[in-house]
Amino acid sequence: MNTTGIVSRMPLPGPLPSSMQLNEQGRLRHLLTIEGLPRALITEILDTAESFAAMNEQAVKKVPLLRGKTVVNLFFEASTRTRTTFELAAKRLSADVLNINISTSATVKGESLLDTLRNIEAMYVDMFVVRHEASGAAHFIARHVAPHIAVLNAGDGRHAHPTQALLDMFTIRRHKGDFTKLRVAIVGDILHSRVARSQIHALNILNTGEVRVIAPKSLLPACVETLGVHVFHDIREGLKDVDVVIMLRLQRERMEAGLLPSEHEFFQLYGLTEERLALATPDCIVMHPGPANRGVEIDSRVADGPHSVILEQVSYGIAVRMAVMGMIMGGASGGGANA
Amino acid sequence: MRLAIDNGRVIDPASGIDAVTTLYVGGDVIAGLGEAPTGFVPERRIDADGCIVMPGVVDLAARLREPGFEHKATIASETRAAASAGITTLVCPPDTEPPIDSPAEIELINRRAKKATGVFVYALGALTAGLKGQQLAEMAALKRAGVPGVSNALRPMGSPLLLRRAMEYAASHDLTIFLHPIDWSLASQGCAHEGQVASRLGLPGIPEAAETAALGVMLALTEQTRARVHFCRLSTARAVDMIARAQEDGLPVTADVAAHQLFLTEMDVADFNSLCHVIPPLRTQRDRDGLRRGLKSGVIGAVCSDHQPHEADAKLAPFPATQPGISALETLLPLTFRLVEEGVLSLVEAVARLTTGPAQILGISAGALATGRRADLCILDPRAVCEIKPETWLSQGRNTPFFGWSLNGVVTYTLVSGRIVHESTRT
Repeated sequence: MNTTGIVSRMPLPGPLPSSMQLNEQGRLRHLLTIEGLPRALITEILDTAESFAAMNEQAVKKVPLLRGKTVVNLFFEASTRTRTTFELAAKRLSADVLNINISTSATVKGESLLDTLRNIEAMYVDMFVVRHEASGAAHFIARHVAPHIAVLNAGDGRHAHPTQALLDMFTIRRHKGDFTKLRVAIVGDILHSRVARSQIHALNILNTGEVRVIAPKSLLPACVETLGVHVFHDIREGLKDVDVVIMLRLQRERMEAGLLPSEHEFFQLYGLTEERLALATPDCIVMHPGPANRGVEIDSRVADGPHSVILEQVSYGIAVRMAVMGMIMGGASGGGANA
Repeated sequence: MRLAIDNGRVIDPASGIDAVTTLYVGGDVIAGLGEAPTGFVPERRIDADGCIVMPGVVDLAARLREPGFEHKATIASETRAAASAGITTLVCPPDTEPPIDSPAEIELINRRAKKATGVFVYALGALTAGLKGQQLAEMAALKRAGVPGVSNALRPMGSPLLLRRAMEYAASHDLTIFLHPIDWSLASQGCAHEGQVASRLGLPGIPEAAETAALGVMLALTEQTRARVHFCRLSTARAVDMIARAQEDGLPVTADVAAHQLFLTEMDVADFNSLCHVIPPLRTQRDRDGLRRGLKSGVIGAVCSDHQPHEADAKLAPFPATQPGISALETLLPLTFRLVEEGVLSLVEAVARLTTGPAQILGISAGALATGRRADLCILDPRAVCEIKPETWLSQGRNTPFFGWSLNGVVTYTLVSGRIVHESTRT
């Protein structure tokens, strides 16, 4: 029996470098953040996802790549949609899936995050898909889990949501091909968005022609331009000639925190309408990580209109997550679906 | 005990002495310098050849964690660590549990400190009852119990009006007020400097203005009330400039900086290193350089450890969920001396910022080596390499981002009231 998972280890605090997500051969060991991933690796993930996307459209949607592996969806923050796509991805690779929802109130009761991890890893599992409200949680877990367990970040605080960014890149690539000629605008609450941060890194690694962010200052992080974006406060200027518009979800709490006066005014200034979309290129695509607040950040006519690829994003999400899981645990690459 | 410390470079910024000479200790005081006092026959001689003999370090901020947080550290463990690090006097902030807001807590701390190494422990009294920022603490009673000043530590004051009243009241009782210039509303839920690193990591930020806005209000109230105010733990270059101007204008204000702020910046947080989670946060290189300049010019009169020992679990969580603070008693002296090597301070300035500077801020007579003064001193071998290995520390807190650093300067002896409380086994 493999007992490496329950050997007691003395954990020590210290730096949690993102470089730990790659092994000595430069292969994915964990997926924690997009930042620092080589372009070739992102391209390989997207290529692998292509083969799974084709498979997902077939009648039999299952391969035995991860048979005998156990994936644990460890969600410290509620999310049915994201968890479901991870669950489907794992099941289509024939892995066993365990869903564990831990409300933070349970951890407040005295069990530390490390205790929780120790208990679950003692069940001989192979991968943690982690969502947590604190930035850096996935790095922390990757550093302290048993060495044979891989960690897939499904969203940590405001920091990163790498699989969402990858599925967005997949969607853009399917529609637009070459990134170097594209203008991409991300609109809305950049400050609190882990999705936006991961998208910005991915777009820049893929050499996107221009990455723009469009938001009022109160929804932009400090020094946002150092992430490699051009900043616009006026949506009309920002949308001019863009090829891809990515709308972000606006949480109601932002009004309460005094960052915005009202949903109404936000829609007036930053909501994506058909009229504003006309400022973009004629074949511009409209994306949203979901769930969209219709009438707050996006008009229903745009969300359901001909430029929208929002539902495609959801289905590609499964293929991309299969690719990442397959590459980390099953050695899949390129023609992963045929393995 | 009668003691002769031979051939050391005796540095005493208070009297301006900087000479290789012999220092004599008789009983609990310094019996003489240079020539032995008549009839003085030492029972023991210490050869300090090549070493620096300096006043014991006065540390303006060290959490001892007692009462209330004995799982982190105790007065006994931390004063032992202080002695080993050349610290002979230290100040503990009032944020214990219960807070130091009545003479009872001060008596308890004094009693336990006396039973320990003998390192002098001064407790700061609370500025408000229970540090709740709502009602003034009984400052006159605290003063009678011996506090050198009052502070609300890292807890918000209810309003600028209450702060004004507290300053007026403290000034009436000739108490120095130790204020942390942090606007807690602007700091919000932040855990790192609001700048490019926090933005990249998605960590809630604490803007520079959290410090400068609070400082602006506090300086205006100082002018209004003429209270004696000491500003604790500056983290921004702008705050240094503001205090420099206030001092030029003749306001009775002083300031200190934590040693780690003189070396680390926001970049050290870049890998979610919870050991670098501190409040106020590590800021930019420009801020670090501004703090260094302020220390050199004397606008910042003291370097302190800002010692905050933690159990390992306090730092083993995702960054925002970890407890801020660094265990720092045992790095204070070698880090400050590193500033001499880096050309930031002269040796005498470095000693002054650790001894006379903080002693003046506290209004106590420690931190000097003149004949007749209490013999609180330490001997430091500047050639010996101090490897930062927390596993060998005496402090119960091992939480240091400096582990693995190699610094020059090992404390070979520490004397408190003429008694050897630390003797290095390494040389």
